[in-house]
Amino acid sequence: MSSLLLKGARIVDPSQKLDGNRDLLVEDGKIAAIGTDIGPGHVGGNGKRGSETKVLDVSGKVVVPGLIDMHTHLREPGYEYKETVHTGSRAAVTGGFTAIACMPNTEPINDNRSVTEFILRRAKECDLARVNPVAAISKGSAGQILAELGDLRDAGAVGYSDDGSPVTNSRLMRKALEYAASLGVVVISHCEDLTISKGGLMNEGFVSTELGLKGIPAVAEDIMVARDIALAEYTGTTVHIAHVSTAGAVRLIRDAKERGVKVTAETAPHYFTLTEDVLRSYDTNAKVNPPLRGFRDVEAVKAGLRDGTIDVIASDHAPQSTVEKDVEFENAANGMVGLETSLGLSLGLVEENILSLSDLVMKMSVNPAAILRLPGGSLRAGADADITVIDLSRVWVVDVGNFRSKSRNSPFHGRTLKGKAFCTIVGGEIKHIEG
Amino acid sequence: MKLASKDILGMKDLSVEEIELILETAESFMEISTREIKKVPTLRGKTVVNLFFEPSTRTRTSFEIAAKRLSADTVNISSTTSSVVKGETIIDTARNLDAMNPDIIVVRHNCSGAPRLLSGLVKQSVINAGDGAHEHPTQALLDIMTVRQKKKRVEGLKVVIVGDIAHSRVARSDIYGLTKMGARVTVSGPSVMMPRDVDKMGVDVQYDMKEALRGADIVMMLRIQTERQEMSLFPSLREYATYYCLNREKLRYAKDDVIVMHPGPVNRGVEISSDVADGPFSVILDQVTNGVAVRMALLYLLAGSEVRNEQSAVERGKNR
Repeated sequence: MSSLLLKGARIVDPSQKLDGNRDLLVEDGKIAAIGTDIGPGHVGGNGKRGSETKVLDVSGKVVVPGLIDMHTHLREPGYEYKETVHTGSRAAVTGGFTAIACMPNTEPINDNRSVTEFILRRAKECDLARVNPVAAISKGSAGQILAELGDLRDAGAVGYSDDGSPVTNSRLMRKALEYAASLGVVVISHCEDLTISKGGLMNEGFVSTELGLKGIPAVAEDIMVARDIALAEYTGTTVHIAHVSTAGAVRLIRDAKERGVKVTAETAPHYFTLTEDVLRSYDTNAKVNPPLRGFRDVEAVKAGLRDGTIDVIASDHAPQSTVEKDVEFENAANGMVGLETSLGLSLGLVEENILSLSDLVMKMSVNPAAILRLPGGSLRAGADADITVIDLSRVWVVDVGNFRSKSRNSPFHGRTLKGKAFCTIVGGEIKHIEG
Repeated sequence: MKLASKDILGMKDLSVEEIELILETAESFMEISTREIKKVPTLRGKTVVNLFFEPSTRTRTSFEIAAKRLSADTVNISSTTSSVVKGETIIDTARNLDAMNPDIIVVRHNCSGAPRLLSGLVKQSVINAGDGAHEHPTQALLDIMTVRQKKKRVEGLKVVIVGDIAHSRVARSDIYGLTKMGARVTVSGPSVMMPRDVDKMGVDVQYDMKEALRGADIVMMLRIQTERQEMSLFPSLREYATYYCLNREKLRYAKDDVIVMHPGPVNRGVEISSDVADGPFSVILDQVTNGVAVRMALLYLLAGSEVRNEQSAVERGKNR
């Protein structure tokens, strides 16, 4: 097998507390060596001469462990007109992600082995990003009976979630946390009290009052975050809170972590980038659940990222077609695509000095790997060669027309971003490189 | 002076000068409706489409009469089912209408923001005839016109709006319009019918209706939509009426020369008692009359801008 040499990069790998200029050699799909001044003739771990070594000059760029987006929707099976495993994983590698996790709200719902296996087979055929299915907590995500969580794990599911439809029944949630913990798989909770959010279209506050749109109060999220923390604390299990959007949720998670509760949390770039004010134009591309919140929530989410309360940045990539979006705001579906804008938006936090580059790599690679118990998140010798090369100085304008995703529902169209994935390497193979 | 936008989507977007222009134009049109031949040729050859996605009798009739008195052709399209249920999206509807080249589209829709969506898709002027719980600008304009007519001013007046503020597009448009014109607005109603942060709209909130009415120059009662499921959040209509029905006893708290307004249709005995609705303080039917004039003014200002020299027709009528 051929080998690949990345020359002249700044390597940032928090798993090894490394931030410095090194060369990186890949052999047989694995990281072979990191060192200063590795030549193309270097003899790697396999003992062969490196005559077939491809050399990639990445000087001026940053090499990090492959980014992992632990919250995406690939829409296949069932909604292939919005996205497929193929287009979604193409979007992933274009956005710099070597691995993604995909939520189970497909048609049929991924609540059984056959759907999990189908997604994994499609991903293997595509051979782009690593695709890790998250299976449903309950059959049909209906919140009544647990899905066959053990069998789903054995089929390849890396987490359990009824994402999109919260587990309303606290008894079922308790059982799910306990059973999942015994299987060594994380439960990812979509926190929303439906009895208070029902019919809501955007964050409740002055803007919803002015627009005459029914509101979703922040407490709809806070109430369920509090419940899930209480359950995890009582049962001594682990829970991961998806798409944190409120100041209240950040505070609850911070307090729980201080008490030693095994809670982890993610947020999405739109929750630290946009406020509800962008909805003043009734832009359906900015309609998302949980909804875009107010300025104080955005600041709290940033503070949570900075102090480690929020462990992960995940895009919640949710493709929707024009059928769902080019309608009245009330009738529009929730969700925005994010795989191809997530890195650029998140690098804004580094630009703003909220996170160091190393912190960002923790939240976009090391931590998601640890929470989902995936390999990855490290450039240690012997690890799978899942690598993202980032061009920090690349200034570009988001154009939904250029998206590799099948859908175009982004509120960031036209926004100028700084920083972009230059090259995405999965298992030693270049899956994406900027032309 | 011209209106800044091709559309009338809400009172929030209108400047004080634009509101005054519309009201002055409306006042000049009042006389037409009192003639024996209630028609001027101002908008001859113009087409006004009334596109109503929500049932309405009086607003649609008011627009139709307004258009006909200006000699415009009118087409009424009513669709009580939402466009999504029908299978055709509002965007399809908009493009089809656009292709037929009318001059003005008057739209009412149950979804907040729908007129704005439509306005971005068509060349024609769009007039919002009420969208969801968002805005109902022509109602606010006719309300302000009525206030000016009865009180000779708006500035400094205390206006009390009572009812289900949360679900009322009339309340929002009146709040924007009246506060712009210098009135002090108090909203009153049960707390469960108050939208979040409504005070940030520049109004006082007073849950006790009698206290709210103290010193009021104008009382605007809102229709309680008994068909809304939100009502289940309120104990009963009986309890609502006890605390928020405008009757003679409560009206005593207002100024002696108070006027009582209501956008209609009235739920007698729920938000307003019959003796008040039909009593000497009520200007409810003046509102309806002024509604035709305000809508004539808007149609004229939007579609008649290039036929402005025909205003002489109006002038002639005035001098008759």
